[in-house]
Amino acid sequence: MSALSPTVRDRLSATFARCAAANRAALVTFVTGGDPTPAGTADVLDALVAGGTDVIELGMPFTDPMADGPAIQLANLRAFDAGTTTAHILKIASDFRARHPQVPLILMGYANPMLRRGADAFAASARDAGVDGVICVDLPPEEDAELGPALRHAGLHLIRLATPTTDAARLPAVLNGASGFLYYVSVAGITGLQQAAQSSIENAVAKLKAATDVPIAVGFGVRTPEQAAAIGRVADGVVVGSAIVELVGQHGAHAAGPVKDYVASLSAALLTARKEMAA
Amino acid sequence: MTLINSLRSQPDDRGHFGEFGGRYVAETLMPLILDLEAHYRAAKADPAFKAQFDDLMKHYVGRPSPLYYAERLTEALRAEAPAGKGAKIYLKREELNHTGAHKINNCIGQILLAMRMGKKKIIAETGAGQHGVATATVAARFGLPCTIFMGARDIERQKPNVFRMRLLGAEVHAVESGSKTLKDAMNEALRHWVANVHDTFYIIGTAAGPHPYPELVRDFQSVIGTETRAQMLEYEGRLPDLLIAPVGGGSNAIGMFHPFLDDPEVAMIGVEAAGEGIETGKHAASLAGGASGVLHGNRTYLLQDDDGQITEAHSISAGLDYPGIGPEHSWLHEIGRVQYVPITDAEALASFQRLSALEGIIPALESAHATAAAEKIAPTMDADKLLVINLSGRGDKDIFTVAEALETEI
Repeated sequence: MSALSPTVRDRLSATFARCAAANRAALVTFVTGGDPTPAGTADVLDALVAGGTDVIELGMPFTDPMADGPAIQLANLRAFDAGTTTAHILKIASDFRARHPQVPLILMGYANPMLRRGADAFAASARDAGVDGVICVDLPPEEDAELGPALRHAGLHLIRLATPTTDAARLPAVLNGASGFLYYVSVAGITGLQQAAQSSIENAVAKLKAATDVPIAVGFGVRTPEQAAAIGRVADGVVVGSAIVELVGQHGAHAAGPVKDYVASLSAALLTARKEMAA
Repeated sequence: MTLINSLRSQPDDRGHFGEFGGRYVAETLMPLILDLEAHYRAAKADPAFKAQFDDLMKHYVGRPSPLYYAERLTEALRAEAPAGKGAKIYLKREELNHTGAHKINNCIGQILLAMRMGKKKIIAETGAGQHGVATATVAARFGLPCTIFMGARDIERQKPNVFRMRLLGAEVHAVESGSKTLKDAMNEALRHWVANVHDTFYIIGTAAGPHPYPELVRDFQSVIGTETRAQMLEYEGRLPDLLIAPVGGGSNAIGMFHPFLDDPEVAMIGVEAAGEGIETGKHAASLAGGASGVLHGNRTYLLQDDDGQITEAHSISAGLDYPGIGPEHSWLHEIGRVQYVPITDAEALASFQRLSALEGIIPALESAHATAAAEKIAPTMDADKLLVINLSGRGDKDIFTVAEALETEI
C-alpha cells in the first residue's frame, strides 16, 4: 500500500500508472549528481529525458559508497574533484524541476549526507527542490525512524529495496512503509557488475507482486536493450545506472549525445517488449 | 539476567546504545545480520560454546594475560610528582597474547561463530595489520580460506604484517579506493561480503559495525576486564581506581571497561589519537573532533565535514587511523561514564621510548597513547591509588615507523 494518497503532485505514481496503461515498463535511469561537474549534470539529465527516461535517480555522492561498484565509485570521485556539495545536488534538482515539471526525480545515496543537517531539514530542502522520493541505500526498515517519518511528513516517497536475500518472513517489514515503487536489487552484490539470471528475476518479481500493489522496478547489472526488454516484460520498471555512468565517465562534458542515444535504445526496447511477447 | 539501571545491559534489542549503534546496512545484508544475531544469542546461552572459547583462550592464546606491576614506571613518575602523589601503575599485558595483541580474543570468538553458522570462508579488514594477522591465524588454525582487505597505503607501511598474513595462508587484497586506508578496506570488505553472503563470514576487527557486532566483539574482549578485575582483587584486595586504554574503534578499551561499568569507584579514560594536534585537523579523535553520523553500519561519532562526507583520519599509529569509534564509546562519552582524552603522535612516540627503556616492554604505538596519558595523569593521583593501563599490543610491528619518525636508520 502506498503511504501517500495519489495526488496531482505525485508524479511518481502517475508515471508508473501511465506506463502501465501503455503496456510497458517504466525506464528508470541513474546518474551521479555533480558528474562530470555540478554545472554539467544538467545536460546529462536532459539527455536522459530526451532519450525517453520515465524516472530519474540522481545520485548524491558519498566518500564511502560501500554498496557501489567501480563505475559509480569513480563517478563519486569525479563529482568530488569538481567540488560537488549537497547544495549543488539540491540546485541540480530544482533547476531540473523548472525545466521538466512532469518527470519524477529521486535522490539516491547514503544515510550520512542525508542526515547530516537533520532529517527534517533534508526532507524540506528536497521537497522544495521538487524531488519526489528518496532511496537511502544503508537505511533498512529497522532504522526507518531516522528518515522515513520526515520524508513522509514532507510528502516524499521513501523507496524501499528488496533483494535476493529478502525472504518471505522479512518481506512484510520491507513493504511496511514502502511507497512510490519497490526497487528490486536483482543480484546480491554491488552496482554495475554481474547480472541476475532472467528466471530468478521472474520468480522474484512474481513473489513481490503477490505481496504488494506498489510498482516493482528491477535493477543492478542491466546493460543491454535486450536485458532491459526481458525484465520489462515482467517488471513495472527497469533501472539502468552504471552503464550510463560509464558513458559520462568516458565522454565527460560531451556525454549528452551518447547518453541520449543509449537511453533511447533502452526505451525503444521497453516500448515493444511486451508487444513482442504477445505476438 | 539484565540488571535494571545497569550500564552493562546495553545495547537494546535493536542494537542501540542510546542514540548510537543500530543496523545501517544495505538490505542484502540485513537477513544475514539478523541471522548472525540469532546464532550469537544461541551461542551465548550454550555452555559448550563458552567452554570451547575458554579452552582456546587458555591453550592457544595463552590467557590469562598477566597484570604486571610496572614498578620502574611508577617510581619514575613519582619522582616527578609532588610528595605523596603518583599512582601505582599496573599493565594489563595483552601484548603477550598469541599474535601480540588483544585482537586474537575477538577473532577466536568470531571464527567459532562462523563455524556454528556453517560459513566456509572468512574475510576481514585490517589497518595496521594486527587484526588481519589475528584473523589469518584463526583461519589457519581452523582450516578456513581467508581474504584480508587492506588499504594499499597501509600495505606499504606495514610490510612485515603483510608477509605474516601471507605466511599464514591468507590472501591479502590491496584496496586502491578512497584514502587507501582502514575505512576503505572496510568498504571493500563490505562490498565483497554483500556479494558472498551465502558462504562468507566477515570477522569485523573492532567493536563497531552493524548490530550485533559491537556487542559480540565487546563480549569476546571483555575477558580483558574480567581477568583484570579478578587479578586486582587478588593482588590488592580491591578494585582499581582508574583504567586507561587506547581507543581507535575501541575494542580493547570496551573489553577492559565493560566489566567495571557498574562500579562507580572505578574511573575510566579512553585515549584518542590526536595525530599532529586536534587544532591542526590532522587527527583521528572522533569524539574530540567529530560529530554523530552514520558509517559502516552504525551511528556513532565520525570525522566528517558539514555535508556529511567522511574526512581522513591521521595518526602515527595505523591501528588508530580510523575516522570513527565504536558506538558504545560514543554513548559512554555522552553519558559521561568514561572520559576521553587526546594524545598526539609526539606524546605517544615519547612514551613508546620511555616504556621500552624503563620496563623492557616495547608497546604498540596504539598502546603508547595510553601510557602517554597515564604519564600525565598518574602524577596527579595520590600514591595509594591504583591505575591500570591496557597494554593492548606489542610494538615490534612499529619499529620501522618509530625509527623513521625519530629520523634513525635501522
